[in-house]
Amino acid sequence: MFSKPEKLSVYIDRTITEMNNIGVGSLSIVVIIAIFQGAVTTLQIAYQLISPLIAKPVIGSIVSDSSMLELAPTITCLVLAGKVGSHIASEIGTMRVSEQIDALEVMGINSSGYLALPKIVAGLIMIPMLVIISIFLSNLGGVIAGEASGILTYEEYFQGARESFMPFNLLFSLIKAFTYAFIITSVSAFQGYTTNGGALEVGASSTKAVVYSAVAILFSDYLLAQILL
Amino acid sequence: MIELINVSKSFKGVKVLKNISTKFETGKVNLVIGSSGHGKSVMMKCMVGLLKPSSGNVMYDDRDFTNLGYSQLREVRKEIGMLFQGTALFDSLTVEQNVEFTLKMFTSMTPAERRDRVDFCLEQVEMKGINNKFPAEISGGMKKRVGIARAIALDIKYLFCDEPNSGLDPVTSRVIDELLKSITEEFNITTIINTHDMKTVFDIGDDVIFIYQGMNEWSGKVKDIHSSNNEMLTNFIKASYFD
Ligand SMILES: Nc1ncnc2c1ncn2[C@@H]1O[C@H](COP(=O)(O)OP(=O)(O)OP(=O)(O)O)[C@@H](O)[C@H]1O
Ligand SMILES: [Mg+2]
Repeated sequence: MFSKPEKLSVYIDRTITEMNNIGVGSLSIVVIIAIFQGAVTTLQIAYQLISPLIAKPVIGSIVSDSSMLELAPTITCLVLAGKVGSHIASEIGTMRVSEQIDALEVMGINSSGYLALPKIVAGLIMIPMLVIISIFLSNLGGVIAGEASGILTYEEYFQGARESFMPFNLLFSLIKAFTYAFIITSVSAFQGYTTNGGALEVGASSTKAVVYSAVAILFSDYLLAQILL
Repeated sequence: MIELINVSKSFKGVKVLKNISTKFETGKVNLVIGSSGHGKSVMMKCMVGLLKPSSGNVMYDDRDFTNLGYSQLREVRKEIGMLFQGTALFDSLTVEQNVEFTLKMFTSMTPAERRDRVDFCLEQVEMKGINNKFPAEISGGMKKRVGIARAIALDIKYLFCDEPNSGLDPVTSRVIDELLKSITEEFNITTIINTHDMKTVFDIGDDVIFIYQGMNEWSGKVKDIHSSNNEMLTNFIKASYFD
């Protein structure tokens, strides 16, 4: 009775738990950032384009496009690199230095797969969703700021947003989100897994996870823009 | 039975284990003694596969552990239980989930069967009723016991304990000792314990190997320790009467 391979159901359970950690756990910070980022972008674009020759909907189109193409995926994921990345690295790093990973290995469990895979899968599912929420809410932030400051009405905002919308931009945004999700989860899991030492080194791994993820995100941001736009 | 044949281990050119050959017999409490830093933990890690010996072989009842394929290795690993020096309980899981872990991973038991098995294992270590506590909420001695319960959750044949008494008071140490002895005899498993607690040696030990500077300096029956004229061993034993 004691001879079954590792169970798929255990992996599914763990993935769901991680989806909850990564997705639901990061929702509030993503909401706040998205709304403010949309609002601030609107005010600044309006400030830069102050001219009677420019139709007001243009502001809406610029804000919605730049949110979708760059701000929502990149800013959200840079913040998630800090929040999710440091969490993953310190969790796995602590397991390493307290011999919990050795315990998994002695049990005959593939520890890297067991620890990293559910986090990577959960990140690939949840982070793009967070980015979509961020795109939606940054537009909402833009509308609120426009109305509140009297710069433009929500009809004007959406007119501009609708006119400039291209499905490819949304696809591009999602491609970024998937790429960043993979970077954050895998880089951080790797940093945690290769921790060597004690509590101090766990902190160092956690810092490295954030820095390396952020740099990798910015680098791939440039590459993706170069290749796909 | 576990047999080491000429096992050596070096780290970056420094030889930590030097040609160790020895046998650990089934149904007996086998003790590995020696001063700090002389290679007990490294030897145990080589035996369970956490470190790869630089040369030599580790045999598990005629299976050459050092040269097994992935799936065979895994079969042997399911027969191994290990109590780590720092217990290494999964701190995000409750006591029950810790003990249940390998059952969930490797068996097709129903939740009810698993619960029964968990209760049975916790009963063995006299730790019933703390199923829903987290490792951070229980004492060091309790963690060791839960660690033992986790190690014996599957029907293991080999039990490894790295300093089961370190950091425990003398009373709790004796309880853990007796526990390890009774589990060994009741389930007829091969138990290997690293220790520098001489009380453990004389209370529950059957066979002893004394590791000195990475070598098998002396091995034999516990009752023969005092009649040994190995200088390193007698110094080690003498020193322990003053701690
Ligand atoms: N991963 C490693 N890399 C390099 N050297 C190591 C490593 N692990 C152990 N050593 C060295 O091997 C030697 C033996 O260490 P080991 O941990 O086996 O001692 P020990 O007998 O278990 O001591 P203690 O009773 O204090 O636990 C030490 O000198 C240690 O520095
Ligand atoms: Mg040791």
